[in-house]
Amino acid sequence: MAAAVEVEDLVKTYGTTRALDGVTLQVPQGGVLGLLGPNGAGKTTTVRVLTTLLRPDSGRASVLGIDVLKDPDKLRRIIGVAGQYAAVDELLTGRENLVLVGKLYHLPKAEITRRADELLERFELTAAASRVVKGYSGGMRRRLDLAASLVNRPQVLFLDEPTTGLDPRSRLRLWEVIEDLVRDGTTLLLTTQYLEEADRLADRIAVIDTGKVIAEGTSDELKDRVGGSVVVVRPANSADGDRAFAALSTVGEPVRGASGDLTLPATTGVTLVTEAARVLEEAGIAISELALRRPTLDDVFLTLTGHAAEQAEEQSA
Amino acid sequence: MTTPSLDAPAQGGLRWAVKDALVLTGRNLQHTTRQPELLFFSTVQPVIFVLLFRYVFGGAIETPGLSYVNFLMAGIFVQTTAFASTSSAVGLADDLSKGIIDRFRSLPMARSAVLAGRTLGDLARIVLVVLVMTAVGLAVGLRPASLGGMLGAIALTSLFGFAFSWIQAYIGLSVPNVEAANLAGFVWLFPLTFASSAFVPLDSMPGWLQTFANATPVTPTVDAVRAMLNEGLPLQAPLLRSLAWIVAITVVFSILSVRKYRSVT
Repeated sequence: MAAAVEVEDLVKTYGTTRALDGVTLQVPQGGVLGLLGPNGAGKTTTVRVLTTLLRPDSGRASVLGIDVLKDPDKLRRIIGVAGQYAAVDELLTGRENLVLVGKLYHLPKAEITRRADELLERFELTAAASRVVKGYSGGMRRRLDLAASLVNRPQVLFLDEPTTGLDPRSRLRLWEVIEDLVRDGTTLLLTTQYLEEADRLADRIAVIDTGKVIAEGTSDELKDRVGGSVVVVRPANSADGDRAFAALSTVGEPVRGASGDLTLPATTGVTLVTEAARVLEEAGIAISELALRRPTLDDVFLTLTGHAAEQAEEQSA
Repeated sequence: MTTPSLDAPAQGGLRWAVKDALVLTGRNLQHTTRQPELLFFSTVQPVIFVLLFRYVFGGAIETPGLSYVNFLMAGIFVQTTAFASTSSAVGLADDLSKGIIDRFRSLPMARSAVLAGRTLGDLARIVLVVLVMTAVGLAVGLRPASLGGMLGAIALTSLFGFAFSWIQAYIGLSVPNVEAANLAGFVWLFPLTFASSAFVPLDSMPGWLQTFANATPVTPTVDAVRAMLNEGLPLQAPLLRSLAWIVAITVVFSILSVRKYRSVT
């Protein structure tokens, strides 16, 4: 399958910070790539380059064979982008927002009306269509924002953290809508810091950290990189975290999770569970949980980056 | 396309640039009608100024050959339009902070359209405020020499406000948030408009301040407006200088603003 999105060695520097430090990735036509990483990893910067909003210092990026630097206006006609914040006009109604975007795509008037109706219907906004967006809920704004990015029937869609800040119910609704789009054949590049989201929506995942893609593959391939399974240890007393870490270091390579859990890639399988239990008992550390389980994407992230996604987020915030 | 550019106009060139600008002017005007309270308060403030200057300072300021109201209104007009231009800075900073500018920049529309739509929409608002000022002026004793002069004064002050909107557009795209846009749009307007011939005759100021006042676009504009409202004042020289300023500001700041818009993050 031909690549719909091709990114090669993108570099973007702000002062001394390398926001993008050689990002390379591809999305096949009709595919969904999840760009997974903590805040400040370079996800948004990558999307901004691909949607002609930002000029990279070096590197190449093209969408459906159109170079983002050479023919931006041609590119803008065939892509759709919905950003991290719902970029909708609060003082206009839902319908007016879509009509405004349609006019700026220079679509014929009748087509704009038809398209606006269709999208309002699809995103269950018909009842609220004549209301000013100011009164919309967060989930409704996101749906309207997504609808606005679809006015031109884009062949490639970029969604930058589409569900960040939404409550679980709204998130689920939006996921269903996105899954519908993908079924219709839209190529999608999606950024997220939710491992669950990447797992559910993307058929391939690129893990990005400090401006570099550090791993790429299907969800299962990435999980295999951690080993078949992981051992999870939760000290009964969170103050014991450092001592537990030291004890576990004698039998493996523990990493700290966000919630105070320690995880060990279980290269030796069940044996590691008994070894971990032994060293913890010898150190006199009480534990509330000790388990062997299939790795989640959280574990993948921990193993690949040495820090939890949530921790990195706090540091950069 | 032979030259790599992020910013080539959409096919359709100038025609689409005008169309896009008008679409966004419409949006700006829709905003105005949906926030009537903003329009109300942006009109109340200059009305208060008219009343304060007319009745508080009016008796103390000597304006040989003219009633103070006839002297004052030219200054009030120009200051009002300068103040009203700050809505361009605030409006753009607001769009920027909400990510709406990002949406527009991702569309195949003219790079000048968002800014032109903003300044043209704000021009409509400026004209409206000037008309209200005119009514208030007439109510407190303004007696323009001729109808033509009155209309000329309205036109020149509106153009002056439009030019200043382009400075404000540049400010709005350069500051980090709406609050900063509000402040950065306003602070320099106080010294610029007060240190001019707007409210007192220039010769009552110390020499260095007169030099400053004469070097700004405010003084020639006020002088030209005043000459249109009254008889016997020199018009041609200040009018030409004022128009030169208006053209220069509009050209320079529209180029700077569009360049800023292309790379703004």
